Amino acid sequence: MSLVFAGVSSHAPGITGRSHLAPDAAHRDEFYAAYRRMGEAMMATRPDAVIIVAAEHFANFFMNNMPAYAVGMADHYEGPIEDPAWLGIPKTRIPGAAELSKRIITEILQSTDVAYAEEWKFDHGVMVPLSFLTPKFDTPVIPVNINCQGPPLTPLHRAWAFGEALRRACDSVPERIAVVGTGGISHWPATPDSGKINEPWDRDFLDRWSRNDRAALLNYNDVDIYREAGQGGFEIRTFLAVAAAARGQGHVWFYTAAIPIFAVGCTVGVMDVA
Amino acid sequence: MSLYALQKMIFELNRSPLVQERFKTDLPRLLDEFDLDEEERGAVERHDIGLLYVLGVNGQLLMHLSALIGQPWADYLQAMRDGVAKHGPVRAGVYAMTTALDEKVAGL
Ligand SMILES: [Fe+2]
Repeated sequence: MSLVFAGVSSHAPGITGRSHLAPDAAHRDEFYAAYRRMGEAMMATRPDAVIIVAAEHFANFFMNNMPAYAVGMADHYEGPIEDPAWLGIPKTRIPGAAELSKRIITEILQSTDVAYAEEWKFDHGVMVPLSFLTPKFDTPVIPVNINCQGPPLTPLHRAWAFGEALRRACDSVPERIAVVGTGGISHWPATPDSGKINEPWDRDFLDRWSRNDRAALLNYNDVDIYREAGQGGFEIRTFLAVAAAARGQGHVWFYTAAIPIFAVGCTVGVMDVA
Repeated sequence: MSLYALQKMIFELNRSPLVQERFKTDLPRLLDEFDLDEEERGAVERHDIGLLYVLGVNGQLLMHLSALIGQPWADYLQAMRDGVAKHGPVRAGVYAMTTALDEKVAGL
């Protein structure tokens, strides 16, 4: 048993980049505090590496050769790819764990086809979570990407199967591994709709996630997701993968739809590893 | 039909400091390397975020381009609305506008 921590969190660039535009600073700070608390809880489990299951945004992978799933396999990474002033996170180098990545990828490949990548520039999907979870960027990270950006996308049941494969891989190594899924629930980022959030849809999703109800979590389809939760909603795949990996009950430590300038409902959740 | 090439150009621009330098100092020749039609080429040359949005450039790529040209967030959102007002609805992709032209969800 070497999966020691599982959680999910939001990752929009506004969370760090537009911090100053949040009208209710106290509410914003509550969110930040919950996010940091999650980092402290994660570090209390003494992880040797943190697997960030992210949905990236054309930072590394493009429609010329788009993997449904990719895992980083380098000893260090760089980020953010975005303008640091715009994102509010300075450029930095983040330690990786190539040899551990290799063992994990090898095990995942037993059941799920993934691409590996020996270079990876982190975008806000990884950098925003890390800025709260490991603010010194000193814990080794293994980035994972699920294509939630350029359709055709991997089906939800495959995201679940990937999470299961990830769990088997974590269990096969002696290192202590934390896994964090990052994405939005409903949101319409980078459009004029930015800030639109379907709060009832989010709360219903988080309820299914907290129960770790596989059938209910797989009972979505991308047509409905697009209509009700926006193209940002495709990123629920990262939350599904974490639920499949953790197998336990989820606990939503924080959720608000009341900071629309961040362009996403702000979520912090942890899940029992069972 | 060269939306793919247009997005590829922005993808490479976002990733590479070298391409960013060429974007500033050698834009015509940079654009020659991509199979763009006149409308697409003109939109990039004019930094016309609104038209690029309507042409169907993925929002994540467009948002990074907007940051690269130093556009404040409120101006970025407004540029997209102005683009839709002028050129009509988004023509491709999954980043269509679903709010009204005068609706500012986040106050901007
Ligand atoms: Fe995202």
